Amino acid sequence: MSLFQEYVQPDTIEEAVENLTNAPGSVAVIAGGTDLLLEIRQGRHQAVDRVVDVSGISEMQEVTLEENFIYLGAGVTHKQIISNPLLQEHAQCVVEGCGLIGGPQVRNVATIGGNVSHALPAGDGTISLLALDTEVCIASPDGVRWQPLIDIYAGPGKVTFDRKQELIVGFRFPAKGPREGSAFHRVMRPQGVAIAILNMAGWVKLDENGDLEDVRLACGPAGPKPFRAAKTEKYLTGKSWDDDVYQKASEILAQEVSLRTSAHRATKEYRHKLLPVLLQKVLDSAVERAKL
Amino acid sequence: MKSLTFWVNDKKQTLDVEAGEMLSDVLRYRLGLTGTKISCGESECGACTVLVEGEPVLSCNYPVFKAGGKHVTTIEGLAQGDVLHPLQEAFIKNGAVQCGFCTPGQIMTAAALLNSKPDPTDEDIEYALNDTLCRCGTYPAIVNAIHAASDMINHDKPIEFPSYEFGGGLDVVGQVVARPEARQKTTGEAIYTDDIFFPEMLFGSTLRAGIPHGRLIKLDSSKAKKLPGVQAVLTAEDIPGRVNHGLITQDWPALVGVGEKVRYVGDAVVIVAADTLEIAQKALTLIDLEYEPLPVVTNPVDAKGDDSSLVHEEGNLLKHIKVNKGDIKLGFEQAEIIFEDTYYTPSYEHAFMEPECSIARPIDDGGFEVYVGSQIPYADRDQVAAALDLPLEKVRVRGPLIGGGFGGKEDIAGQIHAAMLAQVTGKPVKILYDRQESMLVHPKRHATQIRVKLGLKRDGTLTAAQTELYGDTGAYASLGAKVMGRATTHSTGPYIVPNVKIDCYAMYTNNPPSGAFRGFGALQAAFAIECLMDKVAEELELDPVELRRMNALRTGATTNTGQHLTESVGLLECIDQTQVEMLKFTGGEDPFLSREVEGEPNKRRSWGFAVTFKNTGLGEGAPDNATAEIELLKDGSVEIRISSAEIGQGLVTVLQMITAQELGLPLDKVNVYLSDTDLTPDGGPTTGSRQTYISGNAAKYAAVTLKNAMLASLAEKFNLSPVEIEFKDGIIHVNDQKLSFAEVGELMKGEGRNPKLKYEYVSPKTTPLGEKGDKHFAYSFAAQAVEVEVDLVTGEVRVVRAVGATDVGKAINPLGLQGQVEGGLIMGIGHALTEEFIVENGEIFTDSLSRYRMPSIKHVPEDIKVIIVEDPTTEGPYGGKGVGEISTMPVPPAIVNAVYNACGIRLNRVPIDQDWLALELEKTTR
Repeated sequence: MSLFQEYVQPDTIEEAVENLTNAPGSVAVIAGGTDLLLEIRQGRHQAVDRVVDVSGISEMQEVTLEENFIYLGAGVTHKQIISNPLLQEHAQCVVEGCGLIGGPQVRNVATIGGNVSHALPAGDGTISLLALDTEVCIASPDGVRWQPLIDIYAGPGKVTFDRKQELIVGFRFPAKGPREGSAFHRVMRPQGVAIAILNMAGWVKLDENGDLEDVRLACGPAGPKPFRAAKTEKYLTGKSWDDDVYQKASEILAQEVSLRTSAHRATKEYRHKLLPVLLQKVLDSAVERAKL
Repeated sequence: MKSLTFWVNDKKQTLDVEAGEMLSDVLRYRLGLTGTKISCGESECGACTVLVEGEPVLSCNYPVFKAGGKHVTTIEGLAQGDVLHPLQEAFIKNGAVQCGFCTPGQIMTAAALLNSKPDPTDEDIEYALNDTLCRCGTYPAIVNAIHAASDMINHDKPIEFPSYEFGGGLDVVGQVVARPEARQKTTGEAIYTDDIFFPEMLFGSTLRAGIPHGRLIKLDSSKAKKLPGVQAVLTAEDIPGRVNHGLITQDWPALVGVGEKVRYVGDAVVIVAADTLEIAQKALTLIDLEYEPLPVVTNPVDAKGDDSSLVHEEGNLLKHIKVNKGDIKLGFEQAEIIFEDTYYTPSYEHAFMEPECSIARPIDDGGFEVYVGSQIPYADRDQVAAALDLPLEKVRVRGPLIGGGFGGKEDIAGQIHAAMLAQVTGKPVKILYDRQESMLVHPKRHATQIRVKLGLKRDGTLTAAQTELYGDTGAYASLGAKVMGRATTHSTGPYIVPNVKIDCYAMYTNNPPSGAFRGFGALQAAFAIECLMDKVAEELELDPVELRRMNALRTGATTNTGQHLTESVGLLECIDQTQVEMLKFTGGEDPFLSREVEGEPNKRRSWGFAVTFKNTGLGEGAPDNATAEIELLKDGSVEIRISSAEIGQGLVTVLQMITAQELGLPLDKVNVYLSDTDLTPDGGPTTGSRQTYISGNAAKYAAVTLKNAMLASLAEKFNLSPVEIEFKDGIIHVNDQKLSFAEVGELMKGEGRNPKLKYEYVSPKTTPLGEKGDKHFAYSFAAQAVEVEVDLVTGEVRVVRAVGATDVGKAINPLGLQGQVEGGLIMGIGHALTEEFIVENGEIFTDSLSRYRMPSIKHVPEDIKVIIVEDPTTEGPYGGKGVGEISTMPVPPAIVNAVYNACGIRLNRVPIDQDWLALELEKTTR
């Protein structure tokens, strides 16, 4: 079965947007293609007429340190992410999350932009970027715009930007400052699909005393969209990361997430059980790293 | 069409390609580089791995345009001329090649790893090969091979064969040798069915029922017939001969006709042949079907109920199998304590790496050649001939290499369909299943419900065992009656039990058919009895090893079917040796205590133990024969011919070794030719761990007969007694004279003796259940210990170490044996931890490899100790008996027992559900 009729490989973002807007029929952006092509093949996505392969757009391949933030091109592969020294320093949780995805064959082609735009509530790349307060750059026929990453999600597999004429071209998040650290962790089910039962990414900034000056926490699947745990973050701010705080934070987190049972993957009860386990692992290592 | 230029194995290629083509399509079908394999088509398995600019990618999901201007390296580009890449040599010598279908992907992934990390650690290898799957479970050998290749590349250390504590003893048999087809499997030259192309070949596709139970009331294929490029659209009405197929019971329609019933979602309704696969698939979408739905029978217990809907008009009971020994009432009266529990095993998918493929080709005499990787070529011939209403000799089944079987390639898949389409169109027709169709269509492992009741004296002596089994044989019989028969006789374990009563019900349902799968019912039975035995040991405060030792079958004992065992019962030795090795790991400490894990407060470790036995051969009265033909060829080499299947288990190697051993020939002077119903006599089915014994004996006695014929000619010519003539290292020593095999061949021909003969080996007689006599002519035995680690909070379970002993009679092919036992262990880990074929109300949930997870390299225990016990059986070749199935069987109960010992939660079912386990653990700690 032919998955698509036309394959275009634009060199620039403008060209890519044009390829999208002037497509005669259905159109989709791919980079690695690992998600979309499989979904078409498995009958979980309609075949598309035109595929726009953005992996040749050089702007989308860059990882750079700007004045006080890191720019991460959407076309950067998981392999490049885990071996990139800048990201290893500034985006520990992203490196960890992307390192767990697939084998080398998939990591070589699958991109961070693909993971994010797939819009799964528990995308490992997505969740880890959210913990870094990432902004996303979206190109459209009107030019490019930056917006908070969390705002592009509309539901499972659904985004707020217009896939027929817009695409994600890159991300930016604050460079790591002193006493900051991040971490990612997930629990998998040994049977069935390779999607986390629950994953979590955390970022912390410690004050001079080693207390939590600022915290960001994301997890999934904790609702129809990738989830930022705002209430737990707020509670943790200014606290010292000890047992009591952990207990209380676990309770707040359990209340603000919306976990559910998904057939053949996990029960709601089990997900609730994992929530504090991940919270502890993620914040323990984030705090540990912030102290280094 | 667009032009594309890229480099493949350093050769520039400029081609016109379609937008939707994947790199693998272009490599395989346009450039003929068929070493790149397609196994899952969904980025799960890694078989299609090639390197693009030195980095591994999955070519089956890599749009070919991505490769534009780039350098692609395939498995064919790895060797330098005739000189193999060190990885290729290391894979061969370390036994990292079994069926070979995943081998190119493994080697390419490993090559990329060595490029970036020339001296990788075990962890590096595990990380790199995490998603490159091998269903034969060669992972431990692959790790060894990568290290060996690395040592060769970095330190010029020659790649050597491993050595083992077992085997040996003879010139060839028992020695560590490479499998003869290993080289081609590592270079990409190995030919599997989908690698074969014929001019004008058409592509077939099959329309499946899609509903589990219903009557077909309308079928309109007129639109499909009109689609340009469609060459034939066939329905049940077009079957020239017998509609139904089936290995024992012919109840499975090749196509379901209007007015007939579909009985499972995979039933075939229409077949199409077209110029391309795409057209054939398109044609299927143009066919209108209408069904009258019928109530779905979803499990074997319901199927037996009086109010159940009927799957077949004759009733849902395929077979009620009974075993009675002694007096069950008396046995339980004699018992001082009685235990009873019910166990559940799910359906499992074979997930052989090579999906089914059949090619049928018309030949000049009005007959057909059918190319298919089949475990029973002669049964395919018979069933194709019956369906096409042809005499048997008009169908020639030819077997290319087979990418794994495990029992899943015994039944008909596309053979009949391809032949029907070839008959109508007059052209060769290929039917290749994609992974989803493969998982949908072929028979699975029987899901079972097994109730076990045991009566014992307080000292642990068994007095009675009563079991009741339900097996879900699905919509069609396949080998269900035999499988559940084996479940029946193995359900009271390898124990001496004076009083036995067993009732087993093999039931039809509207689930996919169940049939043969490594362990053949005995695996399910072992799970139930071995879980209960551990519970018994705990209640009686006995050591679980000791309880098994006390009751173990031994020479002089009688089985539950009344068979008196007179020899080759190595169970006690398996138990002893496994225990010794297990205690080495624990430093003598009680292995079954729960131990904390340093630095991991939530984790506990413990060991679990299980034993098992498995018949060799068909048994229970089924005639069990094989005929081998042997010929001394002009060049002095010998060819041994037999229709038995090499599915990765190493049969070619075994037959080559045996023949070479008997004739005093070097291995490379023996060619083994398998699976060609015109040229190779019937070796019988590759099932029941029987080939080494049955076909091995056929080859052995064929070689002996040839040798005797050669001796007769020589003795006559030189006027010597045959005992004065010696066959050694390929030379025949007569007095002081040395003769070559070629010369003796000439001599025989000169005398009018044809140096080509056949030998039919007939196994010792067995009798059906319920009749007096032996049920089986040999049994293998095994003990297995595993150490697991349980996370008390998340419920995650992993196997840390495994120690197992298997009594195989004689280790004929040690390299293959080691790999088969390790692979069996890994499949057992999969059955316990990762695998479950889920069917809901007749619909398949686990419809792809992404939903059916086989063990990957990360599931391999840190330590594996393989112990081989060689308690010979007189009639077996050199004392050998079967080993193909047994190594998987004790693993699931050993793991479940270990989990209990580690965390105190007993499971009555597999696979282990970590979700359930975690929540149960929470209850106990509250």
